Amino acid sequence: MNAERWILRAVRRALTVCALVAGLAAGAAAQGFAGLGTEAEGFALPDPDRTLEFPRDHGAHPAFRIEWWYLTANLEGADGRQYGVQWTLFRSALAPGAKEGWTSPQVWIGHVGLTTPDAHFHGERMARGGIGQAGVALDPFRAWIDEWEMTAEGQGAPPEADALDRLRLSATTPRIGYDLTLRAEGPLVFHGRDGYSVKSEDGQASHYYSQPFYRAEGTLALPGGDVGVTGRAWLDREWSSQPLSESQSGWDWISLHLEDGAKLMAFRLRDRDGPPFLSGTWIAPDGTATPMHGPDIAMTPRGTARVAGRTVPVAWRVEAPARDLDVTLRARNPDAWMDLNFAYWEGPVAVSGTHTGAGYLEMTGY
Amino acid sequence: MTAPALGAILSHWRRAPGQLAALVLGLALATALWSAVQAINSEARANYARAAGMLGGSQLASLTAPTGPISTETFVRLRRAGWLVSPVLEGDLRVDGRRITVTGVDFLTLPSGGAGLQTGSGEGDPAPLLRGAVALAAPGTAEAVRGAGITGLPRLVPSQTVAPGTLLMDIGAAHELLGRPGEITRLTVLADQPVRRAPLEELAPNLRRVAPGAGMDPVQLTRSFHLNLAAFGLLSFAVGLFIVYGTIGLAFEQRRPLFRTLRALGLPLRSLLTLVLAELLALALLAGGIGLVLGYLVAAALLPDVAATLRGLYGAEVSGQLTFRPGWAAAGMGMAVGGTLVAAAQALWRTARLPVLAAAHPRAWALGTVRRLWSQGAAGGALLATAAALSVAGSGLITGFVLLGALLLGAALLLPPVLSLLVAVGRRAARGPVGQWFWADAQQQIPGLSMALMALLLALAANVGVGTMVASFRVTFLGWLDQRLAAELYVTVQDAAQADRLRRFLDGRARAVLPIWEVEGRIAGRPVAVNGMADDRTFRENWPLLDAAPGAWDRLADGTGILINEQLHYRSGLGVGDRVAPFDGWRPEIVGIYSDYGNPRGEAIAGNAKLTALFPAVEKTRFALRVPQRDTDGLRRALTEATGVPAAAVTDRAAVKAASVRVFDRTFAVTGALNILTLGVAALAILIAHATLAALRLPQLAPVWALGLTRRRLARLEVARTVALAAFTAVLALPVGLLLAWALLAVVNVQAFGWRLPMQVFPLDWLRLLGLAFMAAALAAAGPARRLARMTPARFLEVFANER
Repeated sequence: MNAERWILRAVRRALTVCALVAGLAAGAAAQGFAGLGTEAEGFALPDPDRTLEFPRDHGAHPAFRIEWWYLTANLEGADGRQYGVQWTLFRSALAPGAKEGWTSPQVWIGHVGLTTPDAHFHGERMARGGIGQAGVALDPFRAWIDEWEMTAEGQGAPPEADALDRLRLSATTPRIGYDLTLRAEGPLVFHGRDGYSVKSEDGQASHYYSQPFYRAEGTLALPGGDVGVTGRAWLDREWSSQPLSESQSGWDWISLHLEDGAKLMAFRLRDRDGPPFLSGTWIAPDGTATPMHGPDIAMTPRGTARVAGRTVPVAWRVEAPARDLDVTLRARNPDAWMDLNFAYWEGPVAVSGTHTGAGYLEMTGY
Repeated sequence: MTAPALGAILSHWRRAPGQLAALVLGLALATALWSAVQAINSEARANYARAAGMLGGSQLASLTAPTGPISTETFVRLRRAGWLVSPVLEGDLRVDGRRITVTGVDFLTLPSGGAGLQTGSGEGDPAPLLRGAVALAAPGTAEAVRGAGITGLPRLVPSQTVAPGTLLMDIGAAHELLGRPGEITRLTVLADQPVRRAPLEELAPNLRRVAPGAGMDPVQLTRSFHLNLAAFGLLSFAVGLFIVYGTIGLAFEQRRPLFRTLRALGLPLRSLLTLVLAELLALALLAGGIGLVLGYLVAAALLPDVAATLRGLYGAEVSGQLTFRPGWAAAGMGMAVGGTLVAAAQALWRTARLPVLAAAHPRAWALGTVRRLWSQGAAGGALLATAAALSVAGSGLITGFVLLGALLLGAALLLPPVLSLLVAVGRRAARGPVGQWFWADAQQQIPGLSMALMALLLALAANVGVGTMVASFRVTFLGWLDQRLAAELYVTVQDAAQADRLRRFLDGRARAVLPIWEVEGRIAGRPVAVNGMADDRTFRENWPLLDAAPGAWDRLADGTGILINEQLHYRSGLGVGDRVAPFDGWRPEIVGIYSDYGNPRGEAIAGNAKLTALFPAVEKTRFALRVPQRDTDGLRRALTEATGVPAAAVTDRAAVKAASVRVFDRTFAVTGALNILTLGVAALAILIAHATLAALRLPQLAPVWALGLTRRRLARLEVARTVALAAFTAVLALPVGLLLAWALLAVVNVQAFGWRLPMQVFPLDWLRLLGLAFMAAALAAAGPARRLARMTPARFLEVFANER
């Protein structure tokens, strides 16, 4: 999971839309405000020498401009029906630093998705920090916006367990809801160099780690009634302050749970002026992570679908020669379009080929 | 063939430029007044839509706390329980004595879409707005507020989508600007709520749900006002149309020989009609265009007064700046073209049936038969009967206006037969041949002048009616103000400490210190402000009650009774003896109804002791002081020095009254202006009728001249005849006007404003109006008469020479 520029644009776009609704018309633009860009002054930058510490780094980093807690789950009903669930909390700072009260510069945005084989539901929330409507707290760990929550369940956990090992996840929208418990069966995984993940040839970077080993269990409240589900989930944590280069037009990101217990994360940043920037992490069943770059990994579109008036590649070929991996990803439901203030595609995929399994695909900029 | 035919048809206007001018002017004036009213109405509606759409206001339900502000904790608790609500903080700033509403919102939870807002184009950076560094305001408001030098004000950016008189900003900035940290006035409830939420009663039992559109919806409140204006505009248009009807009829009549000749030369009827129609449309477009420009100017001139009216009467904010909107312009153009076609329908019909071979007798086009006069009278009588029936049986605002329309139209239709009867009476009383001829000729003139005279009748009746209503209102309002403003001084303090200092200072100096305060309750399902009233003889002696139970004041004082205002009485149907429950746990009986002119809201009054017991925590910050009349100025100065209350927060009775009267007078300035304009159009109608009839009159006057009457005398008689007819019309207009006033006061007013007024008559105003009508008629007749006086005898002789 990557692309600060994308999320910055998403946040900015979302905020602009709501401001426009409130009447900030061309007049405001004509006045030439100081934009988000200039206010970036004073934000902290990712540090390659920083050692991540927990539970501290599970919490918010208000000195950085952008941050997220991003969970995706591949789930299955008792009848074998496949489902996908997304739960995301973004933090976007208008200025660095935390502050209590209504004048806090921290803006929180929640995204929720639920994909069934024949339907896709989504929801969005926005809130400001400083008043308790949204935020992330430690001891016990709790991330929330409105009634959407990701909270640690402490009872019965061994003392050495990570704060994110046992989570309860819930969200509701006007049409659906879900309530899941997550149990980690492996360690935290650090991308790049000990969690310092480089994003471009120019050296832009973020702090990035994951918990990809969740077993998930719970209930989906669908329009047709409640459904019990089990499956696997993946949590991404990332924060940064730097936007990516202007020529990057979008990105494709995957997280795969393979049948043999290995995991794969990869992303592909599309560049208008050149070849895409590829990067990824091979995660062995015991949690050992190996970074992958350029020739180690290939992602190629294999089929498209018309979604919301756009052509979106919903089938992919993914190759990792060093791992003898050559698989095809197919969207469980090609209509997994997140039609929010900033629209993107995010949904569950089936994995077939040299390896089988399930995973999540995210695509922006189509 | 077409081009020469068109040239021939159009040549008429070259020979009669006066007629052309009259036609264009009449139509332009009619269009101008109509479109001016439309422009004002559409501007106001656009403003309401902005105010309502700004926060999804009238379409969404909201939550309010009856006892005070909602806390940030309550908001967060509701959000955390899955209730999608968005906070709004509303407060006031005073800028040069004008109230500016500060609206603080949370842009992040604001209901998006659906609000019906025009978002404009282009993307502004939202960050400064979200951070409270920038606030939005309507362009005029932004300038006014900027100049006032308020400290802590965010930078103002003009935005067309914010209602005038309002500053829209982030709620965090509003907290600081208003000095009310963490407070929320109301929570807007979004339309789409998540599945599975805890009930509101468990989460926040003290909050009340207010249904969408309840309370102060300006669209509802001002509907009647705008209907009023629209009716006035239509009346003006009708008056103007009389002019158009007259001139078109004349122009067609004079061109009958031409049309006949063109037909005889082989021009097909279809081509002739097409050409004539094209000519009319071109004229209508030209006049309509001029009318739109005039209408825009009139509307721009009147709009500030209308804005003041709407603010004063309803608290609805309308900017004083007029925007050109295609809607009313198109409507005005449509009215111009439609009106022209309606006015020309009869003339076109006659042209279509023109016999090609018959001799082209240019008959006096407007000479109607006696039978037509009577059938017109019968129609008028039927309309008046309808109006009478409606006044007894009907109810509702629309019915009220139908009543008004039937009354006015019926009276107008009835005018020519009644005038005819009056002239017959005059004829019987006349002595000598000249007198006989004078009346006989008047009788003959009635059909020709009837359209103009009907216009005059309408204008005069509207003048009397609306004038009587406004004056009645004013007298009643002033008397009520005198009673209601019984205390000598009114003080507003900032906090409890200042209130304490005030009480200590006034101890021994004032006969009574009476708090003025209110708590929001509910009566008949609507939010109602319940005012606390101390038990004092000031109120017992002065407060005017329209209806009261025995011992009303005692029952109010002991907490078993409540008073409601007339507006609430009419709106809810509740009356003396009914029980209501404004707050949980208190069910008082209505013991009286008081008049509350100028207040758009339903309100109630409860005993101070009872209300304080129910809401001990509510601070009282406004007080009415009963002090010796002699030295209010001295006391005022001493009070300011001793208590630290700013001088501006102390008002004396005279100032309050003067301000109220000022609001009142501005309120009806628009009505006055429209009245004068309508009368002007009517005078013009008479002038044009005379000017166009002058040529036709010549054959009728020539024999009289030949018999020995001088031209000068003839001219004088012409003026006298017109004035006599105008005088009759004016006298007839008086009862019509009074009926109109009654209908306005007793039917329309009750429906529109929620209060009934006693009707009062003002004979001096009538005399003034009669004088105006005479003068208008005399002036209108003077021009043609002078031409008659100066006409060469040769022209008179021509009448005998020409075979007509």
